[in-house]
Amino acid sequence: MRYDRVKFTLNGAVRDVAAPPAARLIDVLREECGLTGTKEGCGEGECGACTVLVDGEPVCSCIVPVAQVAGAEVTTIEGLNGEHPLQKLFMDEVGAQCGICTPGMIMAALSLGPAPSLDDVRTALAGNLCRCTGYSAIYRAVMKWRGMPIPETAGAT
Amino acid sequence: MRTAVSELDLRSTASLDDALRILRDERRTPLAGATDLYVGLNFGTLPQRAFLDIWAVDELRGVAERGDALVLGALATYTSLIRSPLVQRRLPMLVEAARQVGGVQIQNRGTIGGNIANGSPAGDSLPVFAAADAVIVLRSADSERRIPITEYYTGYRATVMRPDELIVAIEVPPVEGRQWFRKVGTRAAQAISKIVVAGVRSAKPSVAYGSVAPTVVRVPRTEEALAAGAGIDAAVSVLETEIKPIDDIRSTAEYRLRVATNLLRRFWAETA
Repeated sequence: MRYDRVKFTLNGAVRDVAAPPAARLIDVLREECGLTGTKEGCGEGECGACTVLVDGEPVCSCIVPVAQVAGAEVTTIEGLNGEHPLQKLFMDEVGAQCGICTPGMIMAALSLGPAPSLDDVRTALAGNLCRCTGYSAIYRAVMKWRGMPIPETAGAT
Repeated sequence: MRTAVSELDLRSTASLDDALRILRDERRTPLAGATDLYVGLNFGTLPQRAFLDIWAVDELRGVAERGDALVLGALATYTSLIRSPLVQRRLPMLVEAARQVGGVQIQNRGTIGGNIANGSPAGDSLPVFAAADAVIVLRSADSERRIPITEYYTGYRATVMRPDELIVAIEVPPVEGRQWFRKVGTRAAQAISKIVVAGVRSAKPSVAYGSVAPTVVRVPRTEEALAAGAGIDAAVSVLETEIKPIDDIRSTAEYRLRVATNLLRRFWAETA
């Protein structure tokens, strides 16, 4: 088996891992780096549970070959240190029930601009599926994080 | 079962010249955003074992005007198209299509070169390029050729591209007339099209459909009916004889034909 060294920045620290170049980023994060906060849902880029940021943009880590993050900055849910206001709001607003979609939801929401409309939030999270919490609590957490009023329609899931 | 990644031979390059030399000497499948190929990998349905990773070839990423054509680099992602003022101005129907591909995560990684190379008849950008008379630029180590997208596909996921060639750009001539795009899937985001259509309203209207045939198709007889002022009812009757959609996992022939005709009516009404 051929292993390559892949060097990238992970949550602010330089990492140099040995992995097959075609290894999926999610597997390297979970198994080589021990960061299991990133979840695997569908394995086909449909559910967003495995969302991480690569150079600040959300991507599905289940369909990214690790070779493609060489030299890039990767941020996972662990990079927020459990202290990010959005993490607290997901708790306060009960935006997490089973929790599997939560890390991906939060990472995807981080790419939102400063004053998003509800429609902007829906669009930013369109690639993230939730099957138990319900989207209204999730949208509420994100809108509160950005200090935006929550329209009545946020109740619709 | 998932394909073991250790069996895969992934070679990366950041140079176009390098990429073309490698494709001349070795049989490898180009890989960019991996949004289609890695789905196959995760499901164990990927037949290929050797890949050429071209994601880092930045010279294929740009969007520019050359002469009167809009030139889109093959590695332009859906996100970059959505954000490009040039694409917004010249090809708004492509922006519309790009917004409806997957979710943000897929838009950040999926490329138009990949959408064309993957060749799914349901590919969202393909009707846009077909309706706009776009030309695919194929380059190899020692040649370059330009193929109109309507001549690019020879059958289901079959194309005229040779294994030593790479899609380097898509050239879109000036589009005269009002542009229109509509995709119908199971839900608004993250859905594969049951029907996808792009149209341009001008003295010579152009209409292209995806998901109704083994390849993206223009509907020239329907276009002629529209151009001749035959009226939308007459054009719909022509369309009903011109496309022959099939039943498959995503939809039925009957539903597709009905929606295809409804969308033709809507295109005509909304661009009047």
